Amino acid sequence: MSLIVENLRIDFGARTVVHEVSFEVSPGARLGLIGESGSGKSLTALAILGLLPEGARASGSIRLDGEELLGRPDRELAGIRGDRIAMVFQEPRTALNPLRRIERQIAEPARLHGRLSKAQTRARALELAELVGLPEPAEILRRYPHELSGGQRQRVSIAAALSAGPRYLLADEPTTALDVTVQSEILNTFDTLVRESGSGLVFITHDLAVLARIADHAVVLADGRVVESAPVRTLLEAPQSELGRRLLAAARRTAFRPAPITREESTND
Amino acid sequence: MNPLRKLFRHPAGLFGAIVVAVLVLSALVSLVWTPHDPVFTDSARRWLAPTWAYPFGTDNSGRDIFSLIVAGSRVTVLVAVGSALGAGILGLLLASLGALTRRWVREGVAVLIDVLIAFPTLLIAMLLAAAWGGSLLVVIVAVSIGFGVNIARVTRPEIRAVLAADYVLAARASGIGSLGILRRHVIPNILPVLIVQLSWGMAIAILAEAGLSYLGYGAPADTPSWGRLLSELQTYIGIQPLSVLWPGAVITITVLGFNLLGDGLRDVTDPTLADPILSETVPASNAPVSPAAAAGATSDSSARETEPAHITPVSPDATEAASISETPETQEGTR
Repeated sequence: MSLIVENLRIDFGARTVVHEVSFEVSPGARLGLIGESGSGKSLTALAILGLLPEGARASGSIRLDGEELLGRPDRELAGIRGDRIAMVFQEPRTALNPLRRIERQIAEPARLHGRLSKAQTRARALELAELVGLPEPAEILRRYPHELSGGQRQRVSIAAALSAGPRYLLADEPTTALDVTVQSEILNTFDTLVRESGSGLVFITHDLAVLARIADHAVVLADGRVVESAPVRTLLEAPQSELGRRLLAAARRTAFRPAPITREESTND
Repeated sequence: MNPLRKLFRHPAGLFGAIVVAVLVLSALVSLVWTPHDPVFTDSARRWLAPTWAYPFGTDNSGRDIFSLIVAGSRVTVLVAVGSALGAGILGLLLASLGALTRRWVREGVAVLIDVLIAFPTLLIAMLLAAAWGGSLLVVIVAVSIGFGVNIARVTRPEIRAVLAADYVLAARASGIGSLGILRRHVIPNILPVLIVQLSWGMAIAILAEAGLSYLGYGAPADTPSWGRLLSELQTYIGIQPLSVLWPGAVITITVLGFNLLGDGLRDVTDPTLADPILSETVPASNAPVSPAAAAGATSDSSARETEPAHITPVSPDATEAASISETPETQEGTR
């Protein structure tokens, strides 16, 4: 019972962008995929869902609880997406259809896979809105996406992804597009919900500080290759790879040492 | 605001809507009643000047011109609706082929559209009329082809843009099938563009019918039609020059009406007004900036780990709540 990616390779014509990437995640486990932009993190996630962009070809093996997903027809994969594996995307501004009310979008996967009636879908939508901590849920469900803040929209996306109770959740930098305070709130909500749902999580990020809060195990990707795979604690204490050391240094610079700045500011007062 | 109410506040759009409403109404009324029998000839009342009984006067065979125009609106409406349907179906079919298929089919269809668009509608109609003789069906088919290609040209990139949107990827990740994508995402998002195109297409159809009937390829001899009437009255321009003005003016006003309606619909459904990113920048600049958010915005300090002592912590939820309550008002303001 797990989601296993084995020797995944993604080619765009003659160019190989992901080489032999392997990892495994079980329900309840939390895996972080970390790397710089262009390292193939997002493509790996899209490959799991069979949603690679046109022209990309994946080979290797992706097994969902023992079933091979690679090479399955789109129609069959559509039955798996949102139901057994769901995904949260990076950009909350564009991840919702601007012409549909929140109510119609927040419980969409539940409706698609659960065959809920209209009334049940409505009830589920309200339940989800409360679950992800949207203020005035009944009111907000009647709004359109552009009437919500970025953080609220991302809460809607997270609610939608969890709505059908997927066993695995892929999250592609779900907090990167948000400002720091909102990011922290959303991360907490996300953390709690995933823990409660018992889903296996693949969390994609370029920020080791974020990864440290969410994941137990880290897979470091550089140029489409796994350069390190270790428990997050190990990565934080003694990174083995060059990229791991760089990411740690970057995280230290931005987030791990706010103390001197605070002290300086308070003495100035 | 409701798009229909916005249209009524748009002067050109309102004018267009009225013209179209009058046209449809007169076509419906003419089915049961016209002031005089439009095809009844009476040599005793040839070339009567306009009076209350004959508002536009009579023609060389004593037919009431006003009744002919009212009855002729049936052909106009039929051609407009028929062509819009035909052009819409053909256009969407071509656009879907050019947007949803494999790459080489898609590119091929795009080239085909570019080639077909070079053929003037009138030429297509004359080719068809040469083969099958003139009829209203020929007019409708010709306009459907001629304008359908136009619609395909305009909607194909719209469909591509919707398919490339993040929300479609997100919807696919939710497990929605191709048909669901079309029904819930593509069609609603291209509908405004399509409606505007169709109203312009109707104007072209009306003009084409008038032109083709004028040339003798359109409506059959016993069917009242504006184009046919114009061509008949024009023969007598030396005898009764004023009479030609009536069908000419009616055609002009109707075509203008459809064009203005199209413009009005385009303005009230302007995508920039519904653009989530554009509309969001407005409340963002007006929203009160909380100290916590301001601290978070500077890149070298992190408000997340430790709050600076002198700053009152503001919960992010309060910031979020403030920006929602801001949104609807600013929205109203921008419209």
